[in-house]
Amino acid sequence: MKYVVAEASEIEAGGRKIVTVAGRSIGVFNLDGEFFALRNRCPHQGGKLCEGKLWGVIRSERPGDFEYRPSREILCCPWHGWEFHVRTGQSWCAPERLRVRRYEVETVAGEEIAEAADTEALNVEHPDAPAPGMVKGPYTAETYPVTREGEYLVVEMPG
Amino acid sequence: MIDADVHIPNPRLRELLPFLSEHWIEHFSNTLDKGASQQYYPPRSPVTGRGGGLGDLREAVFDRGGAEVAVASCLYAVDSIHNPDAAIALATATNDWQSREWLEREPRLRGSVVVPIQLPAAASEEVERHADRPGFVQVLIPVRTEHPLGSRHYHPLWKTIEQSGLVAAIHFGGAPVMPPTPTGWPSFFLEEYTAMAQVFATQLTSMIVEGVFDACPDLRVVFLESGFTWIPAHLWRMDKEWRNLRRLVPWVRRPPSDYFREHVRVGIQPLDAPPVPAQLLEVVEQLGSDDLLLFASDYPHVHACDAGERLLPLLPATLQRKIRDENARSLYRLPEGGVP
Repeated sequence: MKYVVAEASEIEAGGRKIVTVAGRSIGVFNLDGEFFALRNRCPHQGGKLCEGKLWGVIRSERPGDFEYRPSREILCCPWHGWEFHVRTGQSWCAPERLRVRRYEVETVAGEEIAEAADTEALNVEHPDAPAPGMVKGPYTAETYPVTREGEYLVVEMPG
Repeated sequence: MIDADVHIPNPRLRELLPFLSEHWIEHFSNTLDKGASQQYYPPRSPVTGRGGGLGDLREAVFDRGGAEVAVASCLYAVDSIHNPDAAIALATATNDWQSREWLEREPRLRGSVVVPIQLPAAASEEVERHADRPGFVQVLIPVRTEHPLGSRHYHPLWKTIEQSGLVAAIHFGGAPVMPPTPTGWPSFFLEEYTAMAQVFATQLTSMIVEGVFDACPDLRVVFLESGFTWIPAHLWRMDKEWRNLRRLVPWVRRPPSDYFREHVRVGIQPLDAPPVPAQLLEVVEQLGSDDLLLFASDYPHVHACDAGERLLPLLPATLQRKIRDENARSLYRLPEGGVP
């Protein structure tokens, strides 16, 4: 089911609009002209994820050296600081947090085990990691396709 | 067995005169300046013990103590001297004296380069002057300093120490212009001695967070007379804070506890023992690595709670062997099977 959620000009680059669609709170983000929608509910414990701050990607080789990619595509939940990629809904976290989670998923679906196994190389730097030492987390925020139809943004909701 | 912490007594001024230039001999002879007089402990207290000469040390540390090699430091407080040129001259003289009177005469003894830490550039030059001299294996840095040891102020010195191949030995004490607690001047020795663990903790945090080990990935550090029972809880807290604040210090690419376990070793004397001795085992396990602790006697200083007697018998034989021998052998790159 498609819903018109905003005029395209309403959300400037780097901005967002939080709307209610089909009874769900959704955040629509403009990343440099591309639009993405996430559910405004953190998969961790239900915080209002889409009200969080956006961050870029930072890394460094030595003290005083800052290699900053100002993508501002990392959304940080205001409740517990879990970080999510706005494009994919993928979470990022400290490996220690994941170790606990990995233990939990060992008894569940094969696909989740495979995903957890990807994170075995805990200290391998991933180019999308928002900060040094972070790995892919266990959560994926719910995302929805956004299309621009003329002057309007349209979100497609499942069901 | 390797003894990682024994002491050469502070030199009397007259013992240093043969190693000073005529200008400094005249200065110390004709003025009231008699060099460093600072003692960390009150005179005649058991922990102040000066020990005797080389013969006494040989007898206590090697013959009775059974050490194959002992790493010695001289706590002559050049960091308390405000005249910068006098501090440099006395540091150099102390090192030449240590080399001539102790290290050259006893090949089982290894030494520590004394530096004027209040003058980091001069300290670097002093390290370079002695780095290749036989006998010196480390640089002695008092844990109390004018600035946190991770500050950029000291980075060139860390680089020099790293490149020299020497170990940086951070030792209880120091006499900078700063108070010995993080909140100001205490009134009693009891407060100062207890607070020294917090000073070590602060220096550890500073060195990791301010990127000393990222700038100097081969730097090896040993904490001497720091105690170690405070370390696990401190690492838990540092790791926790890093998770939230790492973006501000992105050069810290791994949990701080990883840096500690990779770069820092800790002498076991003196020991802060819990009332129930078995609880020490939990702390040792919480350290998270068998490679960290080094046997140390702190000769000639006498402590109420002796780590060799209280801690080692509780531990499994393999860990005892690491603490008595292998960990220090690896840190100081001592050859297997005896001194050449």
